Amino acid sequence: MRAEGVGIVSYGTYVPRYRITPDEIGRVWGVDGVAMGKNLNIHSKSVPSPDEDTITISTEALRVAMTRGGIDPRDIGAVYVGSESHPYAVKPTATIVAQAIGATPNLTAADFEFACKAGTAAIQVCMGLVASGMIKYGVAIGSDTSQGAPGDALEYSASAGGGAFILGKDPIIAKINATQSYTTDTPDFWRREGQRYPSHGGRFTGEPAYFRHVTECGKGIMASEGTTPADYQHVVFHQPNGKFPQRAGKLLGFNEDQMRYGMVTPWIGNTYSGAALIGLANVLDHAKPSERILVVGYGSGAGSDAFDLTVTDNITNFDRQTGTPVQHDLDHGIPINYSIYAKFRGKIRLSGE
Amino acid sequence: MTVARFWRETLRRYNLGASKCPECQAVFFPPRSVCPNCSVHRKSLTKMEACQLSGRGVVYSYTTVHEAADGFEMQVPYVLALVKMAEGPMLTGQIVDVDPKDIREGLPVRATFRRLRADGDDGVIHYGYKFALENGAAAKK
Repeated sequence: MRAEGVGIVSYGTYVPRYRITPDEIGRVWGVDGVAMGKNLNIHSKSVPSPDEDTITISTEALRVAMTRGGIDPRDIGAVYVGSESHPYAVKPTATIVAQAIGATPNLTAADFEFACKAGTAAIQVCMGLVASGMIKYGVAIGSDTSQGAPGDALEYSASAGGGAFILGKDPIIAKINATQSYTTDTPDFWRREGQRYPSHGGRFTGEPAYFRHVTECGKGIMASEGTTPADYQHVVFHQPNGKFPQRAGKLLGFNEDQMRYGMVTPWIGNTYSGAALIGLANVLDHAKPSERILVVGYGSGAGSDAFDLTVTDNITNFDRQTGTPVQHDLDHGIPINYSIYAKFRGKIRLSGE
Repeated sequence: MTVARFWRETLRRYNLGASKCPECQAVFFPPRSVCPNCSVHRKSLTKMEACQLSGRGVVYSYTTVHEAADGFEMQVPYVLALVKMAEGPMLTGQIVDVDPKDIREGLPVRATFRRLRADGDDGVIHYGYKFALENGAAAKK
């Protein structure tokens, strides 16, 4: 799928400051957390404050993008927020985010949900709206504050963070050459209405779900673009842990150097809808003109969205310092223990609740 | 807080909407419709200009709260500060993601968008500004 002339005009990310290690989580549940962290390739994961949620994370990320790009809020024609942890079941996250950047009322807004790939789905919709001339700029956000049940394997990885991308035609810092998706009905991970924590299919989440969709989608876009892994300087995969994307990269023929900047989960955990977008943001933080980037997102349920991008000369003068560069969030954090983590994540019930 | 009352304040709480006197250039938050500084009040009437605070400021004074207000139980101890904004107004706000022992007067802060409180489990969630230390100083290991 192509949307002629459309690309990334600006971007921003936000990752909560607190961090917890697999070692600390394992200590509470009688599990060898160090080994668990090694198996998952996760050194630490981000933890949101009690006053942070998908709406605050999305707003902070988008405000950075608006400032970096010098965007007039009145030029935003669409705001779409992809997440599986919208604070309201009914009352769109996107309305609050749009109001908080001063873009209301003359725009369209909606919340997207497709497990971890709702943010990339939002990018595709914005591409269509911009290419058709219906809007000047469209905002696509992937953001989450997801949780794993206490003691569940997901608790070692589920974290919080988000990325906001402003799509448009001019001036673009990265052109989106093409996008492609691969979607099937695969029940690898789900959360029923009213349930607090998600369920997953254990080992089933690997081969028929993540790896099949990511590799098929990756192969598909390279076939349609006539490219090979050697044509890309950077590759970003959805990263539910630090191991899956490494293996997906190997299966597709990418080396560690190409995956270097796109891997963020080992330091901040799996930010779900934010994961691939924060990885892409870190690549753009380091990218040079003419470099080519392949992004392959993944959402359980299941589907993959792939994007083939080329960085433009505009990246040279683009403000990549406003807000917090991704590398800073990978290198810095406030360590907390499991007690504080449990308090922050609402795992402790107060009297009267 | 009623839904309507909070909704009327979203411009201020979300976007730091303020007003500026065209006569003496003073900025007011919350916005005022008449400038109290000028002796010729009538001159500023209907002429006050809407503006937005940059969100930058410095800690003027602060206190550490140990007995939480309703809805803030999970955040104690937390820092509540008077923040002198770059444009002049003084705002009261929480300083987030900081150890109370690391806070001091004069530290630069920036406004951040946070959840303020929620009306129970099924009520409206209120959002608005709080403050974070500039340059991520609190995030340093």
